[in-house]
Amino acid sequence: MLHIVACIKQVPDTKIIKMNPKTNTMDRASAPAILNPYDAHAVEEAVRLKKKYGGTVSVLTMGPPPAVKAIKKCIELGADEGYMISDRAFAGADTLATSYALTKALEKIAKQRPIDLVICGKMTIDGDTGQVGPGIARRLHIPPLTGVKKVVEINKEKGYAIVHRKLEDGYEVVRSTLPCLFTVEKDINDISFAPLPNMIKAARYQPTIWTADDLEDVDRKQLGLKGSPTIVSKVWAPPKPEGGELLEGSTKEKVEQLLSLVLVKKELFQ
Amino acid sequence: MNFDDYRGIWVYLEVKDGNIAPVSLELLGAGRQLADKRKTELAGVLIGSSVKQLASTAFTYGADVVYVYDNPIFVYYRTEPYMRALLDCCEKHKPEVLLYGATPTGKDLASAIATDLPTGLTADTTILDIEEDTGLLLASRPAFGGNIMATILCKKYRPQMATVRPKVMKALPPDPSRTGKIVEEHIELREEDMRTKVLEIVREAKKARIDEADIIVAGGKGMGSKEGFQLIHQLAEVLGGAVGASRDVVEAGWIDHHHQVGQTGVTVTPKIYFAIGISGAIQHVVGMQNSELIIAINKDPNAPIFQSCHYGIVGDAFEIVPLLIERFKEEIPKVKAAADVKEEIRHA
Repeated sequence: MLHIVACIKQVPDTKIIKMNPKTNTMDRASAPAILNPYDAHAVEEAVRLKKKYGGTVSVLTMGPPPAVKAIKKCIELGADEGYMISDRAFAGADTLATSYALTKALEKIAKQRPIDLVICGKMTIDGDTGQVGPGIARRLHIPPLTGVKKVVEINKEKGYAIVHRKLEDGYEVVRSTLPCLFTVEKDINDISFAPLPNMIKAARYQPTIWTADDLEDVDRKQLGLKGSPTIVSKVWAPPKPEGGELLEGSTKEKVEQLLSLVLVKKELFQ
Repeated sequence: MNFDDYRGIWVYLEVKDGNIAPVSLELLGAGRQLADKRKTELAGVLIGSSVKQLASTAFTYGADVVYVYDNPIFVYYRTEPYMRALLDCCEKHKPEVLLYGATPTGKDLASAIATDLPTGLTADTTILDIEEDTGLLLASRPAFGGNIMATILCKKYRPQMATVRPKVMKALPPDPSRTGKIVEEHIELREEDMRTKVLEIVREAKKARIDEADIIVAGGKGMGSKEGFQLIHQLAEVLGGAVGASRDVVEAGWIDHHHQVGQTGVTVTPKIYFAIGISGAIQHVVGMQNSELIIAINKDPNAPIFQSCHYGIVGDAFEIVPLLIERFKEEIPKVKAAADVKEEIRHA
């Protein structure tokens, strides 16, 4: 029986987020909080693997109390257990400090039930870095397999997994020892509709919540802002380009002007 | 940590199809500037199997030194052996700055190295600078889906590391007379200790690669529907160009992800870029702003895309694009015919 843990994050929907033009800061309240889309695929894949091979799917997140909502979403998708680490001590963490805190939580989860596989989304849509998954793998001393687009086989008995990893012009078939960590691409699966029993379970579900004190052997210097080597020194609105020339006239005239602008690059059409 | 022990700007030289990846050459160009400003050396790290001869390419593109790890164990990229080699190199020679291409391989390797060293790592940098006196790397990148730019510093750790998007920095013109120092390195690695094995590499037929196209016709949510988006395909076909798309179009499922231009898609630098029905969020703009000629068509006169184009048409794409298709169908054969005539005259 496999124990798969998916690491997930609640993120602001960056498509909707608005900027305050006066202060050049983000109006976070303007953006609804959602389960990071890549992580939804990670949870979906974990649940599919559970259905195929048997086992348990846990999800783990770090975040403020409202992030419970993202865990509930994962229960809807078919996860069995949810864990959240939530503490002011974690605030301001960059990817290095985040992978440290999540690893400490994974070690605690593993004491209750050994972990065969960790799955993360390829990246979050607010940070866009894709660094936390590989960071966790290094800290757990397990192989990281990034960009997984298909899981071919998991064989717990013989202790290996075979996956397809996306390359720029194709993919590679890789075999890794278990346990290992995958970060998954969006095209790995299509998210299923949540069945009603899952939705009912999710509505009532309360995840296990740990503070920094609940974790073991934690070096507090490696948590949160203190444990983050990168700092944001400046946030600025992207430079506004000067803008182009607007073509004037009737639609026909505009089209003709455009034509002459484009066809001037004759070499492209010969 | 004694910062004085850390010197030099380094570029991880990714090997692709037997050559140094274009992004690594671009980074040598960017790294050269940083190194000159800091009055220090520019070095490349080359890891692979039978790759030593590629060092000369790195020299022609600006490197002073290339550290080479040449061993059959590196025939395919795998995190574990590559990471061990690069960690070994960092521990021995202590770079002040280490840059990687923000490719699948570069990001994978950089994340592992950052965790092990440990040090800070800035992802998907688009602007790089360095403080001349302190050596502090100023790495700027679009954040929150490109809504803002953030400058990220790593003050307390060395090396300072960043991944940089392909096609954002410029490679230097190659100078074949430039040479440099090759330092051959060795590290004890045994295949039987490696936990991952590459069983097979499958190359997929090249799809219309937008990063290599001279003309790109890109469409956005303004095309209304998957059916409306067909107009983009039609115009691209007439022009012999590739089709690009904004993120929301890809997310709506109108077109595949590999057509997406922008921060979470592909960075492109065509000769002509059409942005049709694309509002022009910064995350899209960062992916196409280096195009030679940018033409925007949008019915909203306030759409930010008009700030980022060379020429704009305010108007309805459903009126304008069909007209464009019709007129290009008439005019392009004339351009071709004129070229043929010239060719004939030359041969006559």
